Amino acid sequence: MTSTTTAPCSATTPVALHGVTKVYGRGTNAVLALDGVSLDVAPGEFVCLVGASGCGKSTLLNLVAGLDRPSGGRIELPDGVNPGLMFQEPALFPWLTVEGNVEVPLKLRGLPRAERRERVAELLRTVHLADFGRKRPHELSGGMRQRVALARTLALDTPVLLMDEPFGALDAMTRDILHDELERIWTERKLTVLFVTHNVREAARLADRIILLSSRPGRIIHSTRVDVPRPRRIDSPEIAAIAADVTDRIRTEVGRHGQ
Amino acid sequence: MASDTLTSAQRSDVEISGLDALEIAGRDKEQSRLNRLWAGIWPKVAALALTIGIWQVVVWTGWKPPYALAPPGPVFADLVDYVTSPALWDGLAATGRRAALGFTAAVVIGLALGLAVARVPVLRAAIGSMITALQTMPSIAWFPLAILLFGLTEQAIFFVVVLGAAPSIANGVIYGVDYVPPLLLRAGRNLGARGLNLYRYVIAPAALPAIVAGLKQGWAFAWRSLMAGELLVVIASTTSIGTQLTYARELSDAERLISVMIVILFIGLLVDAAFGAADKAIRRRWGVLDPAGQ
Repeated sequence: MTSTTTAPCSATTPVALHGVTKVYGRGTNAVLALDGVSLDVAPGEFVCLVGASGCGKSTLLNLVAGLDRPSGGRIELPDGVNPGLMFQEPALFPWLTVEGNVEVPLKLRGLPRAERRERVAELLRTVHLADFGRKRPHELSGGMRQRVALARTLALDTPVLLMDEPFGALDAMTRDILHDELERIWTERKLTVLFVTHNVREAARLADRIILLSSRPGRIIHSTRVDVPRPRRIDSPEIAAIAADVTDRIRTEVGRHGQ
Repeated sequence: MASDTLTSAQRSDVEISGLDALEIAGRDKEQSRLNRLWAGIWPKVAALALTIGIWQVVVWTGWKPPYALAPPGPVFADLVDYVTSPALWDGLAATGRRAALGFTAAVVIGLALGLAVARVPVLRAAIGSMITALQTMPSIAWFPLAILLFGLTEQAIFFVVVLGAAPSIANGVIYGVDYVPPLLLRAGRNLGARGLNLYRYVIAPAALPAIVAGLKQGWAFAWRSLMAGELLVVIASTTSIGTQLTYARELSDAERLISVMIVILFIGLLVDAAFGAADKAIRRRWGVLDPAGQ
């Protein structure tokens, strides 16, 4: 099936959302965060969700990750798949070393020690941190921490990756490099990625498809396929053109709330 | 440039390690151990010398006669006697046993109570604020009741030591569990930690600094309660440190009185330093210790 040794599980069925609705609060205080969101993410597809504030992007990821329940609608995941979730902050455990952090999901799955050690080393090589296993999170830079978080999520051996503005807090240079890294890992491991960002260029750089969400409530208002061949550069004219188009649409949507 | 001849994947590797090297450079500066030790010690020595100096000056002014306020010289002579006499070690054994027993019981009760209150909303509503109220109760105020209940016995002292220390420890646990960053909980759950595993892998270690702070405060309360107890509940057959302090007063042995006080102070500081070291070690591991402030 696959040539890599560690991708036992590339998904074969899509991640499917059918009319997903999420309401927070009750009665007159109820806020409709998501309104009838239907979306299919094909196996191996890289989908970026973009939108202005209040579009429920993060809510959507929480629902798909199973950390919260939808108020209405259905979410279908491939059989036995537990999606991995990454946040804007690395959310590393400060009491553990880099290795210890990556090891947590392996321990929780009950892998024997020798195998865990092997997997941790392999995962750290994947994110170019082989020499930093003994460090503690606070000794690393923001970009390195986020790579540790990526390695830890990959340790779940899940084919579906949910990313909630994972590079939002990083400087542009680091972000560019991490785009390359993520793209490489996505290709190698045949991952299905649902990536939330408010950085439209980032979306155009990474995505096969950009989904645009409206604000309050979050609804899908547009979908753009990005057919620019890979590898891409974030500063290429094709990417810039797509980003400009999506930005215009977001501005129109934001303006609708200003009246 | 050499990078022109590299493939894009290789170039990315080179870039990424270059960026890493630049970003974490200069983070590992450490003062030498000796310098740090000296910087920590000399202010303490100076403060101690100043205290003794003021004490001596007060004695010289003749404000109180030497049988009430002993001068430093004779006190230190007596302290040397005291430290080398079996009286001190007998006293330490009796007091130490009480402290260990009382504090251990307080830890067990405090941890269990704290965890129960943190987990069970009904319990929190019922006794959450009562624990804080208990904490504000001066432990010496428990003694009349304790003596009424148990008489002048070991149990009376034990009772008050546990009551003094357990609420602080419980509060440490409650605080620690409450303030586990929600993000870490979400991350833990996403990584597959549910139920008990969430406690083991996320909540317990995340709450550890607050728990240690609670233990430290609990110890301070236990030690105070114990000293109060040993002064109030004098059991004739034992010669605990507190009892020796009472006897020194009754026999108007001003030198011994201050010697015993110095021993009590020293033990308190020693245990406090142990907790302080544990706390510091945790904070260093977590990276929340300000390297400039150590």
